Amino acid sequence: MSKRKAYYASKLKRATHMLFYKRHRKPGVKGWELRKALGSDYPKVLRILDDYLKPLDLQVKTIFDEEIRVEKPTQEQLDKARFLIELRGELTPRETKMIDWRIDDLAGLAIAIAYIISKKGKSPRKEVEELLREKLPGWKVGINVDRYVRYGYLAQDENQQLYLDWRTRAEVDEKALVDLLLRTEP
Amino acid sequence: MLSEREKRKLGREKLQRIIETCKSVDGRSLDPFLVDVKENIDTVKKYFPEWKVPEDLCLDAETIHQLASVIKLQSEWVKHRSTTLYADPFLLDEKIRRMGRVDLVRTFIEVWHPIVELEQISIQSLAEALRYWESLTPLSGRWSQMAPEEVASSIATREELVNERILRDKAFSQELESFWQELKERVEKEGEKGKMRYEAFVYAETYDETASRAFMTSFLVTYGYATLEIHPLEEETFIVPYERPMVKTGDKQLVSIPIALSLEGWQEWRRGRTG
Repeated sequence: MSKRKAYYASKLKRATHMLFYKRHRKPGVKGWELRKALGSDYPKVLRILDDYLKPLDLQVKTIFDEEIRVEKPTQEQLDKARFLIELRGELTPRETKMIDWRIDDLAGLAIAIAYIISKKGKSPRKEVEELLREKLPGWKVGINVDRYVRYGYLAQDENQQLYLDWRTRAEVDEKALVDLLLRTEP
Repeated sequence: MLSEREKRKLGREKLQRIIETCKSVDGRSLDPFLVDVKENIDTVKKYFPEWKVPEDLCLDAETIHQLASVIKLQSEWVKHRSTTLYADPFLLDEKIRRMGRVDLVRTFIEVWHPIVELEQISIQSLAEALRYWESLTPLSGRWSQMAPEEVASSIATREELVNERILRDKAFSQELESFWQELKERVEKEGEKGKMRYEAFVYAETYDETASRAFMTSFLVTYGYATLEIHPLEEETFIVPYERPMVKTGDKQLVSIPIALSLEGWQEWRRGRTG
């Protein structure tokens, strides 16, 4: 193995350990942590890792601090960003059960996210709960919304307004969701 | 014809109504363009000359603040509509209400990419944890080590409290007065045109004493015994004592002037004096 290859192989191993194993309360690793552990060429290491993960249907995802989409990130934006591993393709409905999501809960999450998007990213909790109550038992609605907030899909402010939180930005393709919902024939 | 009082009452009611409308637009995510900002600004302008008491002026400021929030919402609304994420909210609302759970989940999992994260213990971390456990003193042992020492209690004298810097040996006002006298004397001997450099007055033989003198000087300035003259271009600060304490009158806003008192600065000053 050439010296260069060995160099990147060891960095890849280190990056895999850092990205796959839980380090903080929030999943993922900050760019500055990766720079400290892997050196300034960590974006290149992550690109190589992403290529390795492609056949396994996984990918390295970058979540920037700002909500806006960043086309050509600067060093500073990368350092502040969060990097994590996520599924590249799709799960089957049967697989969702394996990762601890009941169909009701997942449908509730989909409704809550879609409704908040339709309200420009902010909606009173009461309205979301009313919508969920149409198809979920009343006692479950509050528990579910709390769960979505706890997991980081939704955020709630002191005025009981719900917003989309970091996990939705990381895991859900919001534009594709809206397009799909509008295209669906009920 | 309305009397002045009635006019003010009507004005207050109108401003309250504007505030409530703005708040409901923000709180219930309504279309911010429902608020006619121009018309409301005209109302605010119309009643502004009537306001005499601070409460009314605060109401006026609150109305402007709420209207500004609505303008911000209008700008966000326009931005959102121009993005690719915009979809007619009513249409989307209708769709999600009509769709069944299974269809919704099918749609959602097409765009959902859950994060992968593992929690696993390794044999190395287990071994390390065991080593730590072995070296850990039992709780009963640790508590006995931490038993509080018995201290004989007695009454502290005033001198002891002064030595510990809990009490001062003079009342603060007396101390401030004598510090002011010192400033006046030093300005007379060492100063020029009734003032002297701030550093020349504050810097002392020890850094502790310097900090204490800076603290006292800040009170001299705050309580009107002296003032500061700052020349920003030359980066020079002078202290000017007053002949008698000035009582701050009028509605002039007081300002705080931060002056850095770094250890390096003080050491440089000392080196300059000794070297």
